[in-house]
Amino acid sequence: MSSVTFVTHEGESHEVPLDDDRSLMQIAVDNGVPGIDGDCGGEAACGTCHIVVDPAWTDTVGMSTEVEEEMLAMNPERHPTSRLACQMTAAEKWDGLVVQVPEFQM
Amino acid sequence: MTPRALVVGASHAGAQVAAGLRQHKWDGDIVLIGDEAALPYQRPPLSKAYLAGDMAVDALAIRGADFYAKQEITRRDGAVESIDRAAQQVELADGARLRYDRIALCTGARPRRLNAPGEDLEGVFYLRTSADVEAIRVAARTGGRAVIVGGGYVGLETAASLRKLGLEVIVLEAAERVLGRVTAPQVSAFYTRVHAEEGVEIRTGAAVEAFAGDRRVQEVVLAGGERIAADFVIIGIGVLPNTDLATTAGIVVDDGVVIDDRARTSDPLITAAGDCASHDMARYGRRIRLESVPSAGEQAKAAAATMCGKTKEIAALPWFWSDQYDLKLQIAGLNHGYDEIVVSGDPTRDRAFTCYYLREGQLIAADCINRPRDFIFSKQTISSGKEVDRAELERTDSRVGSSR
Repeated sequence: MSSVTFVTHEGESHEVPLDDDRSLMQIAVDNGVPGIDGDCGGEAACGTCHIVVDPAWTDTVGMSTEVEEEMLAMNPERHPTSRLACQMTAAEKWDGLVVQVPEFQM
Repeated sequence: MTPRALVVGASHAGAQVAAGLRQHKWDGDIVLIGDEAALPYQRPPLSKAYLAGDMAVDALAIRGADFYAKQEITRRDGAVESIDRAAQQVELADGARLRYDRIALCTGARPRRLNAPGEDLEGVFYLRTSADVEAIRVAARTGGRAVIVGGGYVGLETAASLRKLGLEVIVLEAAERVLGRVTAPQVSAFYTRVHAEEGVEIRTGAAVEAFAGDRRVQEVVLAGGERIAADFVIIGIGVLPNTDLATTAGIVVDDGVVIDDRARTSDPLITAAGDCASHDMARYGRRIRLESVPSAGEQAKAAAATMCGKTKEIAALPWFWSDQYDLKLQIAGLNHGYDEIVVSGDPTRDRAFTCYYLREGQLIAADCINRPRDFIFSKQTISSGKEVDRAELERTDSRVGSSR
């Protein structure tokens, strides 16, 4: 089964099954990954599903969209490969993806 | 005996408490008791994407069914009738008794009733549960004219969603402006303008006296006698916290179940979170009952920690959001007691602006419409208590392009 790994700021890895067509935020929440809240349910309204994509994966998963950019622009933990996980729909080719969960969500 | 935590109410708060208990390594049973059959689901989309048909019912679930199985959270249908604190047991509506070591009260809120004659007619709805919305969607399928009673966020979101479905919509607000309890007059005027542009008629100073019809509602009768034709009616005039269970059990209730910064009620074995809770907020120096998902989540996390003997304080700044048409409103903080307003952008013409609320020169809240950067800026500034520069606040899109 394909999987995605969330690495917390403490360096703890959470490898969870990759559900196609679910958002990466929903996958994290469904599997109880700490540090990803998804307070707004996936509307890019809260910024509590901020993750940083491993640079090796940006070509596959893509860069932040305009709506994400607006929410991330003021974030002190913002990184060039930052995304909002709720705006990322998982695909089969993401098998093995690694993302970092920052210490503080907005 | 294995310790047992009962979570009463399978709400946003309830789901978060259950998840939080496992994150804090609760070593025992977790029973999540709810009186709706579905998995805990998101309520905010009910008046928005779900009503407008842009969201499937499965997508409403906060977490999939697998989550509860994997985390060994037992879901139980039913309503808790009473808490016997001396015996540490609760009694369910079906007569079953469950012992407990800890309880989280996440009983939520129910719609405030208008209590007007004719309210029981077919086609008069309240909007709180997914079942309510399914009934409204059936009524909306035949088109026609919807009359919405109440110009608060739920009423206005419902109006926008029904317009999207192609219905004729009238909003009746008893006060002199919509959103009067929660926003500045400029923001009320803005929403009134946009709704008019989108074809919704908003009538203020319109107090509803009765509903008329033969079995099914046909007219809304205003104080003064005017009658407005309606194919169906949705009443959205606020909610009341579900506190009967706590009150009967002798737990301190004042508007909501009173909780401190660690979500503790007056009983050390019992916490509360969400719409049913009234929180003594250090930030505001008073008790506040917030009706918002982010606050429910914050309180639930604190409750879960407390139940596991750990300390996590409810500290986050309250915030809210509302989606109507192409407008994404994000609200940071509470504007109660503001003495000055700074507006960035032109709410009389545009569809993106921010209304900042200040008290004694300090930023206390902001309504940000299609201005996510202002929202994040406001959240940070209010949380930190930093001084603000009024000129900077006023500058339209001052922060655009400030990063990257």
